[in-house]
Amino acid sequence: MTDQLLESGARPQPTVGWPGWLRVTSVYAHTYRRTWRSSMSASFLFPVLYLAAMGVGLGSLIDHHAGGIDGVRYLDFLAPGLLAGTVLQIAVAEATYPVVGAVKWTRVYWAMLASPLGTDDLVLGFLVWIAVRMAMVSAIFLGVMAAFGTVRSPLGLLVVPVSMIAGVAFAAPVASYAVLSTNDQGFAAINRFIVVPLFLFSTTFFPLHQLPVGLRVVAQLTPLFHGVNLTRALCLGQIAPLQNAADLLYLVVLAGASTLSCAASFKKRLVQ
Amino acid sequence: MVAQGLEKRFGDFTAVAGIDFSISRGESFGFLGPNGAGKTSTMRMVACMSPHTGGQLSVLGMDPRTSGSTIRSRIGLVPQQDSLDDELTVEDNLYLYGRYFDLPKRLIRERAVRLLEFAQLTERAKDKVEPLSGGMKRRLTIARSLISEPELLILDEPTTGLDPQARHLLWDRLYRLKSQGVTLVITTHYMDEAEQLCDRLVVMDKGRIVAEGSPRALIEQHSTREVVELRFGLDQQHQGATAIADLAERIEVLPDRVLLYVHDGDAAVAEVHRRGLLPESSLVRRSTLEDVFLRLTGRSLVD
Ligand SMILES: Nc1ncnc2c1ncn2[C@@H]1O[C@H](COP(=O)(O)OP(=O)(O)OP(=O)(O)O)[C@@H](O)[C@H]1O
Ligand SMILES: [Mg+2]
Repeated sequence: MTDQLLESGARPQPTVGWPGWLRVTSVYAHTYRRTWRSSMSASFLFPVLYLAAMGVGLGSLIDHHAGGIDGVRYLDFLAPGLLAGTVLQIAVAEATYPVVGAVKWTRVYWAMLASPLGTDDLVLGFLVWIAVRMAMVSAIFLGVMAAFGTVRSPLGLLVVPVSMIAGVAFAAPVASYAVLSTNDQGFAAINRFIVVPLFLFSTTFFPLHQLPVGLRVVAQLTPLFHGVNLTRALCLGQIAPLQNAADLLYLVVLAGASTLSCAASFKKRLVQ
Repeated sequence: MVAQGLEKRFGDFTAVAGIDFSISRGESFGFLGPNGAGKTSTMRMVACMSPHTGGQLSVLGMDPRTSGSTIRSRIGLVPQQDSLDDELTVEDNLYLYGRYFDLPKRLIRERAVRLLEFAQLTERAKDKVEPLSGGMKRRLTIARSLISEPELLILDEPTTGLDPQARHLLWDRLYRLKSQGVTLVITTHYMDEAEQLCDRLVVMDKGRIVAEGSPRALIEQHSTREVVELRFGLDQQHQGATAIADLAERIEVLPDRVLLYVHDGDAAVAEVHRRGLLPESSLVRRSTLEDVFLRLTGRSLVD
């Protein structure tokens, strides 16, 4: 039987030397292994189905009647928009139920906080994990797009890092709300009133000039608009330097600011 | 570990209202108290998870405000509410917890084998946590808290929900840890547990410490050597009690029985009979910590 559970007494523990946030990220990665098969095949199936139905099916109609959009095939126009929209959806999903669950249901955050880890490690580790997930999602999506022949420029590879930044910019504000919420009722509203409208109106499916003037301004203020813009420019190889620099700046600033707000929310909720 | 005037407020509400205690290395120290007394709030402060709002606290000779992470790397916590990942296996729960502490994979796997045996969960190692019984989860939580081989182990109601076998098993394991020099801090509602495990304990009520000492000393101080429990017929407890009030140092009348706190129980029972009273039943027992507890914190529910 176990006579010596503690053979070492007060001797210092051997450690690997990983920073706290990296340990948290690795815990997410370890946990993800349980569901990666279904998660990966969903990331693959979604673009295949959408591009086939909307891009090829609907696209040929649009191309035939309107001669494409702004000079490009509808499929080429749509695919980058869908990619950015997918990043939004998955990033938000990862920042809602899993976050409130780790506070209230599994209480995993509390378990982490009983160890040397602190709330900043939790936030940073989580957001780095989001970035890793978005790299996987966007890489698979790009692969499907390449198979449909819609990646028109090698710059398209830069969509992976852009998606990582955009994912953090989408997830961090939502997580800082989710960690403070006492139930999951707000999440349906987030989906209904934020994610779905953004997905539909952030020039994902049609160009900005199709929107009435008032709505154009609103659309330009939303984060997904900039994500779509940048992703599309890179995939098509049609960079508008000033506009795209502004897109990137918007996403970087949002990611940075909301990371800070996330850190404050986690601390407020978990250190009482 | 030393606390002076330790206080915890949540907004306007004071959960811990200035308590003093000091616990030395290798000691096993208990916190007793009714629901809402502030035990968990105290444990969370001592575990450096919740900042104190007043007074002084030092744990392992360090200040939780500045060295929380270092202190936490050397203590183990068994929280009142389990915080296991239900979707993962028993083994993975141990492994990931070890990773929180940055322990090397090989070391964790080695320790996990021993700890699973300790918790008698070896056969369930590859099963998910979700279908495990409450007691098994509790044992896993306790095993998990030992993965970092802590010097100080904080247990917040460790045996609530365990069956008697599991409780005795755990007491045995805790006793072994103690003999290996681990400091134990335990909260509990079970008086027998406190008597078994604690060298010293404090009784808390409404955020304050109302008594302190070894289990024996507390009984001597706050109760008599023996207690006689007499049952008179229904609704006759009061009549019975008035006739024998002078026999005891203290007498307590409950709806279903009368308690006489006396030095010599058999003598008291004999005297009761000599006075011609015929209780339906009488029982003489030694005073326990439970009598002390009820005396100090009252019989009514606080919340
Ligand atoms: N985060 C919090 N915010 C506000 N009040 C709190 C918080 N945590 C605890 N309290 C209050 O502090 C008081 C003490 O709670 P605590 O959990 O420390 O009691 P306890 O002695 O552990 O009780 P039990 O035996 O039921 O576990 C309770 O009245 C509780 O409602
Ligand atoms: Mg408690």
